Amino acid sequence: MTSLLEVKDLTMRFGGLTAVDTLNFKVEKGTIHGLIGPNGAGKTTTFNMISGFYTPSAGEVLLRGENIAGLPMHEVARRGVVRTFQHSTLFAELTVLENALVGTHMPFRPNLFAAIFGWDKDARNGAEARAREALTFFGLADVGHEHAGDLSHGHQRALGMAVAYASHPDIVLLDEPFTGMNPEETKHMMGLMKQLCSDGITILLVEHDMQAIMGLCDNITCMSFGKFLAEGGPAEIRNHPAVIEAYLGGARHVA
Amino acid sequence: MRNIFIWTVIAAILFALPNLLSFSQQEVLVFLTINILVVASYRLLTLTGEWSLGHVVIMGVGAYASAMLTKSSGLYVPLGIVMGGVVAGLTALALSYPLFRMKGFYFLIGSFAAGEIIRLLWKRFREPFGGTKGIKGIDPMPDFSVGFYDFDFFEPTSYFYFSAIVVAICLWILWRIEKSPIGLTFQAVHWQDKLAQASGVNLRAYRTLAFVIASGFAGIAGALLAHYIGTINPNSFDVEVMVFVLTWAIVGGTSTFYGPILGCVVLTILNEVVLRELGLEQTRPLIYGLILILSILFMPNGLESIVQKFTRQKERRSLRPEEAK
Ligand SMILES: Nc1ncnc2c1ncn2[C@@H]1O[C@H](COP(=O)(O)OP(=O)(O)OP(=O)(O)O)[C@@H](O)[C@H]1O
Ligand SMILES: [Mg+2]
Repeated sequence: MTSLLEVKDLTMRFGGLTAVDTLNFKVEKGTIHGLIGPNGAGKTTTFNMISGFYTPSAGEVLLRGENIAGLPMHEVARRGVVRTFQHSTLFAELTVLENALVGTHMPFRPNLFAAIFGWDKDARNGAEARAREALTFFGLADVGHEHAGDLSHGHQRALGMAVAYASHPDIVLLDEPFTGMNPEETKHMMGLMKQLCSDGITILLVEHDMQAIMGLCDNITCMSFGKFLAEGGPAEIRNHPAVIEAYLGGARHVA
Repeated sequence: MRNIFIWTVIAAILFALPNLLSFSQQEVLVFLTINILVVASYRLLTLTGEWSLGHVVIMGVGAYASAMLTKSSGLYVPLGIVMGGVVAGLTALALSYPLFRMKGFYFLIGSFAAGEIIRLLWKRFREPFGGTKGIKGIDPMPDFSVGFYDFDFFEPTSYFYFSAIVVAICLWILWRIEKSPIGLTFQAVHWQDKLAQASGVNLRAYRTLAFVIASGFAGIAGALLAHYIGTINPNSFDVEVMVFVLTWAIVGGTSTFYGPILGCVVLTILNEVVLRELGLEQTRPLIYGLILILSILFMPNGLESIVQKFTRQKERRSLRPEEAK
């Protein structure tokens, strides 16, 4: 059976630096899959290649068996792969509700002539209902009228996910969704992710918070210096000597 | 109900306005009406964050197209004006292929270069563009009657009514677009193109769409102008005019629909009342440059920010009684 998402020998070179080096892993439908590794391991670069932000130097990204590597980001999104960004990337000048409305672009594609003559009432109502549903799910219903730039850091991360969720994705790529959240918010957010997963949305998660990763993931891929290091369930990864070495080695590097 | 009342009053004022003005002021009023469409259409493009220096030349494309079509094939002038918009929009579509390989500053320079190339073509080819002398004797709008009012296009007043109706329809369409999901997508493309694209927005398509719509309405404005003044040449659409458009937009502010229109109206009145009275007409570019710099320094959010200050105060005041409950 083909996996929902599979990367095959994925490679990204920036000049002389090989940020991701012949990486392989599979993400099964309906699971939460973790992608971990020390700083600079190449996790964000991997996300960028899967989501179409970068064209890989080599290798394939297979979505339900179809190679999507090198497609523009909006084409990848239209196939059901929606990402969030590592740094709170939002429409800071727009309101929270407007942010979520942009997220409904795919299910409710705007039409110029309908918009001018007001024939798109149903679509507009549908989009707003979906946007509000996404905001409510992520606990942002009360701040819909505020500017996204004025939100607290935790709320901004939640809004980033609400924008992605509003588009009815099949798989979401979340890049460090828990940074800037306090332990309580993190716990709450973990609950929401489990709920998303049980609603049938597959999640690929990059995160440094090991407790969150271990608590959430069905499967974890660990990488270091762009290379595949280990894969397995939380218990396996936690006790994997190569993983421990990579993290400790990284720490020694910093010191 | 209240809105209908306000719009009726505005329409009545606009109807009465030419009768309070001298002949030359009536002519200025026609130009002002056309220029309002130029800045308002320009704003639609700026919604996506792109600033073009070719907008006035595209307006000229509409003027040339309508002038040539009505002259050569005897097309009915109002249809020629619509065709002016269509040709300008199609020109923008063709230009979008090279131009939207660029963004921001490079787009700005690219749009300027594209505009200059079009102007060179007008100058270079006496057939069919008339060379540097341009096109003379453009068909005027044919007179007609609507029962209670006889449009006599020898009179600026009649042309003002006609262009005001055309411009009002265009503004309504621009407004509907801006307030629609399309307008929201334009803004999304402006503020965070990465996130917009990750939400499935085809950036190139939306930038092109804004450019084509803005250009189409600029083309209509150009055609309105051509059939009023009767003669156009490449210098009618040179960069000096573009600087005026930029000044109106920046002085007015581009974060609201009415900002650029406000800038256009205020600066035109200033120009007519102050500069003409003082006999400083010739120094208009200089003074516009000065106003542009001063407003960037001291009023970075434009005239609209002053209006917003007042309307917000009013809102707050009207909110207070509710809070007291
Ligand atoms: N656009 C780029 N140009 C050049 N080098 C890059 C680029 N993007 C990333 N890199 C390099 O590639 C390597 C991997 O970076 P990446 O951002 O993917 O790491 P990461 O695993 O996401 O790290 P972190 O946990 O800090 O977010 C780093 O050495 C980084 O400097
Ligand atoms: Mg990263």
